Amino acid sequence: MSIRVIKDKCIGCKICIKSCPFGIITVDNKLAIIGDGCNLCGACVPACKFKAIVIEKEQKATQDYSAYRGIWVFAEQRKGKVEGVAYELLGEGRKLADKLQVPLSAVLIGDKVTEQAKELIAHGADKVYVYDDPILNNFQDDSYGEVFIKLVAEEKPEIILIGATSIGRSLAPKIAFRIRTGLTADCTGLEVDPLNRNLMQTRPAFGGNIMATIICPNYRPQIATVRHKVMKKAARDAGHKGEIIQKTFDFKSITIKTKVLNIVEEVAKTINIAEADIIVSGGRGLGAPENFKLVEELAQVLGGAVGSSRAAVDAGWMPYSHQVGQTGRTVCPKLYIACGISGAIQHLVGMQSSDVIIAINKDPQAPIFKVATFGIEGDVLQILPALTKQFKKVLGGDY
Amino acid sequence: MNIIVCIKQVPGTTDVKISEKTNTLVREGVESIINPFDVYAIEEAIRIKEKIGGKVTILSMGPPQAKEAIKEAIAMGADDGILLSDRAFAGSDTWATSYTLSMGIKKISAYDLIICGKQAIDGDTAQVGPGIAESLGLPFVAYVRKIEEIKEGYIRCERMMEEGYEAIEMSLPALITVVKEINEPRLPSLKGMMRAKKAEITAWTAQDLNAEPANIGLTGSPTQVVKIFSPPARPGGEMILGEIGEQAEKLVTRLRELKIV
Ligand SMILES: Cc1cc2nc3c(=O)[nH]c(=O)nc-3n(C[C@H](O)[C@H](O)[C@H](O)COP(=O)(O)OP(=O)(O)OC[C@H]3O[C@@H](n4cnc5c(N)ncnc54)[C@H](O)[C@@H]3O)c2cc1C
Repeated sequence: MSIRVIKDKCIGCKICIKSCPFGIITVDNKLAIIGDGCNLCGACVPACKFKAIVIEKEQKATQDYSAYRGIWVFAEQRKGKVEGVAYELLGEGRKLADKLQVPLSAVLIGDKVTEQAKELIAHGADKVYVYDDPILNNFQDDSYGEVFIKLVAEEKPEIILIGATSIGRSLAPKIAFRIRTGLTADCTGLEVDPLNRNLMQTRPAFGGNIMATIICPNYRPQIATVRHKVMKKAARDAGHKGEIIQKTFDFKSITIKTKVLNIVEEVAKTINIAEADIIVSGGRGLGAPENFKLVEELAQVLGGAVGSSRAAVDAGWMPYSHQVGQTGRTVCPKLYIACGISGAIQHLVGMQSSDVIIAINKDPQAPIFKVATFGIEGDVLQILPALTKQFKKVLGGDY
Repeated sequence: MNIIVCIKQVPGTTDVKISEKTNTLVREGVESIINPFDVYAIEEAIRIKEKIGGKVTILSMGPPQAKEAIKEAIAMGADDGILLSDRAFAGSDTWATSYTLSMGIKKISAYDLIICGKQAIDGDTAQVGPGIAESLGLPFVAYVRKIEEIKEGYIRCERMMEEGYEAIEMSLPALITVVKEINEPRLPSLKGMMRAKKAEITAWTAQDLNAEPANIGLTGSPTQVVKIFSPPARPGGEMILGEIGEQAEKLVTRLRELKIV
């Protein structure tokens, strides 16, 4: 396994330098040199018009994976209620299952959750594996992980989709590592090739600056965590038939080393930004902490959540849980209103996939305008109250 | 308390831009930094050491120049560092990275707590921490925003969730990954920088680790990147002009037309 420049073919044209996402190719004496730190991502290979760069791989002896069939969805639940992301996964899973002509199954783990299986079936699941046990009351990596790993070994699915939530992104790597298979993080696009049954998983990397398509050809199952609010929810069809399979797990066979002591909800009143369809975000341009009230008022009228730039969090104006961006949360609401946020790249990567972006800023050169669907140049302290007033007027008095 | 902090050297983010001409990622200069989330991990380890005593070892997998990142961590106050570096590690996905780092940790052998950053800002997967824990058969908590109590064989911490947090306890040895909220990292002291300058960074190769060749590098990686491309550029925006009242009216009307509100 190595990357190599074929001396006779390379003419030193430097095109490969630009293609390298890591900036480690140099050209010396009309010959491309791949520097240390190359992670063999392969971006330079197709970029070279002279086919002078090759990656040679030792192929893993292809195993027979024909026993691995079917699409699975992890039906994440909190407090006994299945999360919205699970229905999105069912919507996407249905498409993949139909293409591969295999059943779509959901895995439901929790305490007193069996009732929820019917909802999963109504949203397209052909089978629901249910583990209903008081021990499984709260999510824990060790208990949920062991249950899931055992079921995979027994039933052998070919694709597993898990929501890219804090729970999903914690659980999935444990499963993938143990089963010895690939895991693609935080996918925003999924396609399947019906011939080789490979899942083509597209995801943002480098904070959304680049997109990568990833496959896992020589291992099964293929596992992906999928970003919330990107895929469409499955439609509900009360007539859809499915099978509920009750499973049990012998917890005496494992040692559970972690224990959840209590669960504290902090953001109930402000609406969690990862879930919100509308986010009104404030930045340093608000000038003073008390001006966040204007942001909160608009958010309230719109039924949205309050976000913040890092600058406003660092200044102590907003708690970190509201921070959008590279070191905060990545969000993709239907509407994002940036108030007095300049739009540094670290902020943009956290919100630029929002459907509609409104930027309010007094500096016409602010980079936030580059990603904005609508821009208003002006004083945010004057524009915000005017907007709130207008929305109140239009949306009526039910607030 | 023996603490191992896993850090990754990543490109300094402000350098990462998309060239409008070639539509590829361009990096001006070759500045590399410690993955920002890992700086919180280093800080937390040093704080634990300051409180209850112990030793902080930095572990990284990467090219030889990643030694610089380890030295920076030593300048902050870590005791020593080990770099896993070998051409055979190139092309590792998160599975192979977790495996390789866990082999390094096994070789270090004395550890009570392993701390990772929440995620690396280039790969953005957040999978390596949990992967290492699984490889070593350790309990773990991801997204830790606060350590409430830590003592011999025991840790109680808060895991950040979408709606709030969960208080979780577990036995040590264990692994945690940390979020930004956990602390405010210090800057390296002058003394620390002097020490870092002189520090010898141990380097281990695949052979030193006794690593299974089938589990490392590209060969050991189940996932393959088949395509890298720029996200479609957002279409040019529309500036809403006029007096303030007018702007508000126009904007709300446009949003109503688009059925956004
Ligand atoms: C565009 C692109 C997309 C990718 N997508 C995937 C994917 O979906 N699935 C996949 O398996 N791989 C993927 N990879 C490969 C992945 O980036 C590498 O495997 C990388 O070595 C580790 O993953 P990460 O950077 O995401 O780290 P993360 O898992 O995000 O890092 C978490 C923590 O682990 C520790 N850590 C990570 N790497 C190191 C290291 N080298 N040394 C020491 N500590 C470390 C640090 O504490 C860090 O904060 C992708 C790579 C690229 C370029």
